[in-house]
Amino acid sequence: MVSEEDVAYVAELAHLELTDAERARMLKDLNSVLGYIDRLNQLDTTNVAPMAQVASRYGERNGESPADAMRPDELRPCLPHEEALRNAPKSDGIFFKVPKVIER
Amino acid sequence: MNLDLLTVESTRTAVLEKQTTATALADAFYAKIEADDPAIGAYLTLCKDRAYSQAAAIDALADKGDALPPLAGVPIAVKDVFTTKGVRTTAASKVLGNFIAPYDATVVSRLEDAGAVILGKTNCDEFAMGSSNENSGFGPVRNPRDHSRVPGGSSGGSAAAIAAGTAVAAIGSDTGGSIRQPAAFCGVVGLMPTYGRVSRYGLIAFASSLDHPGPFGKTVKDAALMLQVLAGRDPLDSTTADVPVPDYCAYVGQPVTGLKVGVPAEYFGEGLDAEVRAAVESGIQKLAKAGAEVVPLSLPHTPYAIPTYYVIATAEASSNLARYDGVRYGLRVEGKSLAEMYRRTRDAGFGAEVKRRIMLGTYVLSAGYYDAYYLKAQRVRSLLARDFDEAFAKVDVLVTPTAPTPAFKLGEKIDDPLAMYLADIFTVTADLVGIPGISIPCGKSREGLPIGMQILGKHFDEGTVLRVAHVVEHALASKMVYEISS
Repeated sequence: MVSEEDVAYVAELAHLELTDAERARMLKDLNSVLGYIDRLNQLDTTNVAPMAQVASRYGERNGESPADAMRPDELRPCLPHEEALRNAPKSDGIFFKVPKVIER
Repeated sequence: MNLDLLTVESTRTAVLEKQTTATALADAFYAKIEADDPAIGAYLTLCKDRAYSQAAAIDALADKGDALPPLAGVPIAVKDVFTTKGVRTTAASKVLGNFIAPYDATVVSRLEDAGAVILGKTNCDEFAMGSSNENSGFGPVRNPRDHSRVPGGSSGGSAAAIAAGTAVAAIGSDTGGSIRQPAAFCGVVGLMPTYGRVSRYGLIAFASSLDHPGPFGKTVKDAALMLQVLAGRDPLDSTTADVPVPDYCAYVGQPVTGLKVGVPAEYFGEGLDAEVRAAVESGIQKLAKAGAEVVPLSLPHTPYAIPTYYVIATAEASSNLARYDGVRYGLRVEGKSLAEMYRRTRDAGFGAEVKRRIMLGTYVLSAGYYDAYYLKAQRVRSLLARDFDEAFAKVDVLVTPTAPTPAFKLGEKIDDPLAMYLADIFTVTADLVGIPGISIPCGKSREGLPIGMQILGKHFDEGTVLRVAHVVEHALASKMVYEISS
């Protein structure tokens, strides 16, 4: 069972504040969904390998699985500086601006 | 010209034969959107400048008598999770409310290179998280067949635009059923290609190992024509596979004689609406009559698909959505410290379902729970893949209902996340396993609501899926002639 303390801790990890009402609702919803997820424990998976992605399961070509596909490390065009900054909430024209990070 | 009856194929022919122009079509569709979309809410943003300049280019080609590209002049709607250069791209989230994308998704550039006219960006559940389109940060979409009902989700706007006749075809993304389930609810065709068949470059990430871009259309042939343009290796997405792209239209119209069609018992059990069952079973009979061999079989791990999905999808989402922090783009709510700015931005920018999934995903990845939840779910994902390997050793395709019920009412499931998650019970497994699937209309309920049949195929065997789908579509044509609701 997830506790109120767990909700507060996970919210902190996820960089969410959440109102008191949201936290109460979250406690109820997380417990309901995790209760359902617990049915996975009915299965014995001791000798089953984890599957992180699909590509590792098919399509080996030229001895290379798509999951390991590599490309040469070559310089390619990228987004111009000005365009990369165009959506920035705050910028000085060179960098993104954020509140002071180091306190002293 | 009756806009409602236009298909991808007939639109291009009309432009080619000078019955109309791409510009006149754009005019007509924008007029229809203006008149009919306010009641539906399928579109979030229209990109008229872009559409008209593309239409003018197509008309210039047609005037010169040059060969026309395969989607010439076809008006298409794109789910707002695909980036469009210079056009607002929101993922239906307030956190990206004013985001102007600096580049095009590969899906978008491929469509335009093929001559398509992109009319606008469609509404969806926020970050594609939902099964009803009610989680949009900009309001719900209504089902054009019955305005009191949901269009399905998350690609609800894309499916609804076709059903309302405000687009000829559309693009969506499917992570747990988000193309197939809205296609079923709106009575259109929705195709989820194999993972790695269509590039995810420029698709705003929800769960990277599960996100599949794909097309919607009115007919199976339309889905094939769209896939032809979308499919293929993209150097900008290293998960796209270097597997040859066949001529998909060549499969459409082929008979199913001798094909083996598997019917998994687990998809016809408890919780399946009686009318949905009857419609899908009658579709299966049509396949048998057309010469396919129907093979009953079992996918024993099916009951574990939804819990597996909600661990893996939320874990990946919590990681993917960490980028929305108010620093580089999107919403920023100022705070005294950096951490406070992050929290305020994310609290204000994300809706309830997105927060719920970030929390769940963060929890299952957090210290002490990783093995119990995330690793466990990855192991069960292997078992689900094994079920399909065994099934596809015996049969060519699997046929199931797309969703357990027809479209439900707005508000019906919004307060019960688990009930909403179960709306995807027949679709999530294909996402986890990465196989292709299509939903096609296969009848209507007594209330007149569309019912969808799902056909699943082997990795990279979209051709056989389209072939089987077309035979069902053709066999049901007498009672399923395409109709637009108004």
